Amino acid sequence: MSMNREGRPTHTGTGADINATGAALLPNEPLLFEIGDTHHSGVDLPDVEISPDRLGGFERKSALDLAGLTEPEAMRHYVRLSRLNHSIDGGFYPLGSCTMKHNPRLNEKMARLPGFADIHPLQPVSTVQGALEVMQQLSHWLMTLTNTAAVALSPKAGAHGELLGMMAIKAAQEARGEGHRKVVLVPESAHGTNPATAAFLGYIVKTIPAREDGTVDVSAVKEALTSDVAAIMLTNPNTCGLFEPQVIEIAQAVHEAGAYFYCDGANFNAIMGVVRPGDLGIDAMHINLHKTFSTPHGGGGPGAGPVVLSEALAPFAPVPFLRKDGSGLELVEHVEGEALGRITAFHGQMGMYVRALTYMLSHGADGLAQAAKDAVLNANYIKARLAGVFSLPFPNYPAMHEVLFDDSFLDGTGVTTLDFAKALIDEGFHPMTMYFPLVVHGAMLIEPTESESKQTLDQFCDVMLDLADDARAGNSERFTAAPLKAPKRRLDETRAARQPVLKWERREDIPQAAE
Amino acid sequence: MTIKFTQDHEYIAVEGPTGTVGITAYAQDQLGDIVFVELPSIGKALKKGEEAAVVESVKAASDIYAPVSGTVTAVNDELSGDPGLVNRDPTGTGWMFKISISDPAELDGLMDEVAYAEIAK
Amino acid sequence: MRYLPHSEAERAEMLGVIGADSIEALFSAVPENALQKAPLDLPSHAAEFMVEAHMRALAARNHAASDGPFFVGAGAYRHHVPASVDHLIQRSEWLTAYTPYQPEISQGTLQMLFEFQTQVARITGMDVANASLYDGSTGTAEAVLMARRLTKRRKIILSGGLHPHYRDVVRAYLKDDPHLICLSPSPEGQGDILDRIDEDTAAIVVQTPDFYGHLRNVKVAADAAHAKGALLIVVVTEVVSLGLLEAPGALGADIVVAEGQSIGNSLNFGGPYVGLMATKKEYIRQMPGRLCGETVDANGERGFVLTLSTREQHIRREKATSNICTNSGLCALAFSIHMALLGEAGFVRLARLNHARACVLADALERVKGIELLNKTFFNEMTIRLPKPGAEVIETLAARGILAGVPASRLVSDDPAVESLIILAATELTSDADIAALVSGLEEVLA
Repeated sequence: MSMNREGRPTHTGTGADINATGAALLPNEPLLFEIGDTHHSGVDLPDVEISPDRLGGFERKSALDLAGLTEPEAMRHYVRLSRLNHSIDGGFYPLGSCTMKHNPRLNEKMARLPGFADIHPLQPVSTVQGALEVMQQLSHWLMTLTNTAAVALSPKAGAHGELLGMMAIKAAQEARGEGHRKVVLVPESAHGTNPATAAFLGYIVKTIPAREDGTVDVSAVKEALTSDVAAIMLTNPNTCGLFEPQVIEIAQAVHEAGAYFYCDGANFNAIMGVVRPGDLGIDAMHINLHKTFSTPHGGGGPGAGPVVLSEALAPFAPVPFLRKDGSGLELVEHVEGEALGRITAFHGQMGMYVRALTYMLSHGADGLAQAAKDAVLNANYIKARLAGVFSLPFPNYPAMHEVLFDDSFLDGTGVTTLDFAKALIDEGFHPMTMYFPLVVHGAMLIEPTESESKQTLDQFCDVMLDLADDARAGNSERFTAAPLKAPKRRLDETRAARQPVLKWERREDIPQAAE
Repeated sequence: MTIKFTQDHEYIAVEGPTGTVGITAYAQDQLGDIVFVELPSIGKALKKGEEAAVVESVKAASDIYAPVSGTVTAVNDELSGDPGLVNRDPTGTGWMFKISISDPAELDGLMDEVAYAEIAK
Repeated sequence: MRYLPHSEAERAEMLGVIGADSIEALFSAVPENALQKAPLDLPSHAAEFMVEAHMRALAARNHAASDGPFFVGAGAYRHHVPASVDHLIQRSEWLTAYTPYQPEISQGTLQMLFEFQTQVARITGMDVANASLYDGSTGTAEAVLMARRLTKRRKIILSGGLHPHYRDVVRAYLKDDPHLICLSPSPEGQGDILDRIDEDTAAIVVQTPDFYGHLRNVKVAADAAHAKGALLIVVVTEVVSLGLLEAPGALGADIVVAEGQSIGNSLNFGGPYVGLMATKKEYIRQMPGRLCGETVDANGERGFVLTLSTREQHIRREKATSNICTNSGLCALAFSIHMALLGEAGFVRLARLNHARACVLADALERVKGIELLNKTFFNEMTIRLPKPGAEVIETLAARGILAGVPASRLVSDDPAVESLIILAATELTSDADIAALVSGLEEVLA
């Protein structure tokens, strides 16, 4: 068997009903269905008579059983729940690969202007020229920052962008008569969305190992570039936080072999305004607006993943795209022969375009470059302060915007990366990214972003060093029992997976389960 | 009955032409709590080393490879309701599937209990 | 720079600790010729008031829905969202929180997702729902792939009443697949999908209310699909309709995909929206997207976690059910808060009000000379046939400040039969004055 030991034991607890109301500012908040009922409502809508004549006999007969709350009850419920969340506004998130930078509030104000929020995608384009202009300006920023020929704005998330980019590559190969190429090369350190996207499109994924220094094995890439390879999917800077020094050489080899270079742009924050991926030879790169360009994470989404494209791939972008038309802008929604297709209804994540453009205008090209430099400075500062104690698997190169440690410094302590992370929660910090990338054991990937002050970085490093000291001194209890101060102790994920309970049900409706 | 082991921590308990396949006690300990087992269909033909099943713990999925070539004759239905059986009793009630062995010579290439104990430390 | 905390002195101090001469030295792994030297053709940083002026000028060039009579629908609908929804979603702890991978400090998001999943399961009448997808169109493509995995069959039939964009997304995801059958557009509510189901069919996809507003018979479709061992995927683009119409789950749907935008979320020119997906419990493992489940913590207290993650990309990688990473978090929150404020009583009233306004619209349109209403049934959207091309009429009325709906030809480009059709929606926000203005505008244009 393949023995993936990243599964961490989380069996805890015995089960009990929620009964405490909470303490001080931290609530124990019941579920909506335990507070509201089907009669309460927080909106006042008139009750109207309707005739069934035009309903075809399809009126609802089954019960909805939806709980409602009046406005004061709703405010309290959602405010109290919100207090149980960590957030960037509330504290540092050193999450590698996520780019948890500050979400400027001007972005939110602009996105809510009725001229942006209250327009329908299918209004006549003559009535939304301002919206098309936003898309045009955003496109200009993205293409200029990356030195690329075209950009497809529509993907709704980074992974969706990967799909679009790889679809464009697939279409381009077919157009050249090379549709038989069935293999995609993916480094073993890649984010899971990369092989998932390639497999989704029917490709066979061939994994390329990393070198001892954390960069991708270039000779392995060259060896693997046979005539059945359609593309390589490379992240640069890579998921170990390092810039691939031979990236231009790789791009050349890939192109010579008749393949295309897909770049995962999740780490663009390290190089925006400083390095242009187009100059490195990429053919397609998605950009996570919710990472690099500050659109809020919102508890898991929405994201936006526009994809910049080289000359070679520009003809294979999906609809819709913008075109200048006389004095205005035209939205092209259909193409003769329909070869390009579309990957989402309507035009994309306009709400995120407004926020990202507002952010870009605020920073300017100079501010964006400074942000990238500060992000890299901050990561190297953390690296310098922690490297004596924490184990650095790849010391050969400066870190880019994130620094990777592994868990060998914890050898013999009985403390795992998971335990260490949970202890960090008790110190008031959100944990760093754990167990990713998979190329090192017990990975701890730290990305401070440019938004953190030197004080915050010092506080964080002080706490990290204190924790490391304690772990090595044998005080494992502090770690294995953590977190103790969070709203909840460690949660039983085994139970959640073995006995999935995915919605609330009334006590009497729950079938008797064997335990 | 003879029990043989693979380098990848599968065991096969051989009784006549049939073998019962599962993962070893060492393996289940390394994986942590098992939450789901994806078993092959009855009648599926497997080659030695081919992916036969998948075992999921909370945060990882591990492939189970066929120790020998053959055809799947039975699968352990208990595992869908109680995947924890694999943790509690991996070599008994936590078995995964039975295979009718097409080439008994392949068993010679597997380890015996003593040899396996060396790698499962 | 207002978003960058460091002073030059601090930068210098940090470089001292690192042992580098300059920040540029930290980019030493970058090939010299790859470093950007020349200034980029982009402006420099700007004060907040300057950025605001720039963006306001762009917004001012758009005609907002509330600026005049508005009847545009076709998959995105203008509804009233209570003031408290937008106020709540802007709280720092909701807006700037990350994905709840550390559950102990994300119980707000996780509990909300559990409540959201429950609400979606309730309105669709299904066993389980996920924590949202990007939108209804990508959800439909995901549902099609899910049906193939479940049945191990290849054939997919898309009803002619399915939103053309949704059809196009399925087509793009299943590129050139000969087993994908897209039936012709059905503006009259006609269709032969039931006759096309056979033993090779994995699923049929039926939208109700459909793209032209007609209400479709889900029960008959479900029975026909099941008789041949195929699955029924029901698509709902106007989720408010579920307050008045029977739940697809109660009629035999196997997978329900919906666009949740109507509840809690503005039109936003097409995004971000929120995809809803719900299915039967025996299909959970093949459902894409995040799932939130109930469990207990080490003290025995109830808590919530993301679960069944082994289906997802970060674990299964190339064997994942999908490549999805993000859900539509904040939009799902907005949906959930609005649904909580509506409650059952409010949701039902909202749906009835929508249908009532649509009936007033339909009656008014039927009285206009030259207009033919194609719908015998509808919820809040309908299709009319005009003696002139629909696109022309829409442009003329737009110039007068009336957004009279969507010309079907905008989305269905390959079928001349739809050139004379316009699709119009009415909601609780459609006033009598709006309808009167629309009618007099149409009368003038058609005279």
